[in-house]
Amino acid sequence: MPKLIKGVGCPYCGSSCDDIEVLVSDDETKILEVHNACIIGNNLFHHANDPTRPRLPRMRQPDGSMKEITYDEAIDYFAKTLLAAKKPLIYGFGSTNCEGMSAVARIAEKAGAVLDNCATICHGPSFLAMFDNGYPSCTLGEAKNRADVVVFWGCNPMHAHPRHTSRYSIFPRGYFTPKGQMQRTIISIDPRQTDTAKLADHHLMLDQGHDYELFDAFRTVLRGYDIPDVVAGIPKEKIKESAEIMKKAKFCMIFFGMGCTHTDGHNHNIDAAISLTRDLNNYTKASIMAMRGHYNITGPGQVWSWQFGFPYCIDLSKGTHAHMNPGETSSIDLAMRDEVDCFVNVGTDAGAHFPIPAVKHLKKHPFITVDPNFCMASEISDLHIPVRIAGVDEPGVVYRMDNVPIQFRSVIKGLPGVPSDEELFDRVYERMCELTQTEPIWLVTKEDRKYPQNPAVS
Amino acid sequence: MAKITLNMITQRSIEEGAAMEQGKTNPNYFEACSICEMNPEDMKKLGIWRNTNVRVTSECGSVIVKAIEPTQYCPPGLAHIRQGVWANQVVPPRTQSTGTPQYSGFPVTIEPAPTEKLKSALELVQGSVGLWKGGN
Repeated sequence: MPKLIKGVGCPYCGSSCDDIEVLVSDDETKILEVHNACIIGNNLFHHANDPTRPRLPRMRQPDGSMKEITYDEAIDYFAKTLLAAKKPLIYGFGSTNCEGMSAVARIAEKAGAVLDNCATICHGPSFLAMFDNGYPSCTLGEAKNRADVVVFWGCNPMHAHPRHTSRYSIFPRGYFTPKGQMQRTIISIDPRQTDTAKLADHHLMLDQGHDYELFDAFRTVLRGYDIPDVVAGIPKEKIKESAEIMKKAKFCMIFFGMGCTHTDGHNHNIDAAISLTRDLNNYTKASIMAMRGHYNITGPGQVWSWQFGFPYCIDLSKGTHAHMNPGETSSIDLAMRDEVDCFVNVGTDAGAHFPIPAVKHLKKHPFITVDPNFCMASEISDLHIPVRIAGVDEPGVVYRMDNVPIQFRSVIKGLPGVPSDEELFDRVYERMCELTQTEPIWLVTKEDRKYPQNPAVS
Repeated sequence: MAKITLNMITQRSIEEGAAMEQGKTNPNYFEACSICEMNPEDMKKLGIWRNTNVRVTSECGSVIVKAIEPTQYCPPGLAHIRQGVWANQVVPPRTQSTGTPQYSGFPVTIEPAPTEKLKSALELVQGSVGLWKGGN
């Protein structure tokens, strides 16, 4: 009898939907149906059924082809490569659980590596602005229950977070918003008429890259001063009207995304957005939230801040203390300056999502990919180690975009012999300790260690 | 042949996300990402019909993509390649000391390339690091 599993978390976007239902075969090895998820989540779960999923690590041979090797050989190569490198870069973690992030941090410490996550090419500028200016934020539950004015600035949830609008921001009926969409005023600020903009009551189609001016114009209007007739391509009257809507809201929620962080101004755009939120609080309740891209990309920020004091761009190569300075210790800059001599790509695809000049630099040195599937990074790697898919065949803790931790469950049995990220990194850590003849202190103190107790891993 | 300069942005789309989760070597991913959305007015300036291949060149590289009419309205002067392998052939890696490359808002020149072939994701990435074994 196929089994219906309820309350499943979806390991795709930052909305981290936790109301998915998955129908699995009676031997718990195949996913038959996925309910409630968006098309992306649906494809993700079904992709786990792919019979061609890699089951063994693959090592690049001198002729350029890939040859399957055992996990022991792969772990040995992984450990030796990290130890031989002067300054390895361990990057990724968009799509894995917090347990894996915590385990990899011990390897990074041991190897004197730079530890970075996908936020570096995504919401990194938002972090910089938060350090400078604070982060007056709330949870998505508060947004759903209270917000009657929702601003989407440089983000397009209809495409990037497909169920965000139905679960949290536009359509749902909340405690103080019982009429749902009827009760909410939506403002979209985007240089294109995106599908989110089409849903909005007001669309301010600004000139691309002029977000800072527009934020500033809003602040100027809120403080009662005059502004030029047109700012960033938006007429003064439209800005005044929108500012008035935000001011008269009972609760104004600002969501911002890549449109602000990826373009000119970077962190300064977010800085202005946070200041605007603060100014709005002189009139009403206002809150701001970053539209984090992946279901657990908030996780490394949480886990590593707890371990090292910094959320990303963590340089551990000094050996004595962690050091963070984006621009210097960020993945793209390190790659472009040729400052790293080994690259480890975990749970992301740097091959597809880094600008290609950075990939070319990284490929000059040993290149290792840890990922459940074939991807662009795995196809240019010297070593590709498959692992389980967090949220599909491996449970774990994830942090939603509003920093709320959620325990995700696994819905099918993992492929036999394939470890989780955490188990793999624990084994690499152990091998590194063997090679350097040091005590694996981290593993000794780890009470809930899965390996070698887990019989699934040979 | 005509050549125009546009402001390029590279952002997410649901077609890209859905195809990516089927695998990046899946034909759907190729369909979803090897395109450049631009306003019909800009196509007129270039002297091309929609669905014509164009060469997009930035300060750091160039790529062949198929020019299509915007699926989400783009004003004249703005072009959009969906986030992914093709977009990242032209994204400048400069970060202004923030760690984040200029994924949006960089100038590109676009020229018609009706006789050029679109390359697959694997060919572009493996080709850039000297690992591509297939033909051209």
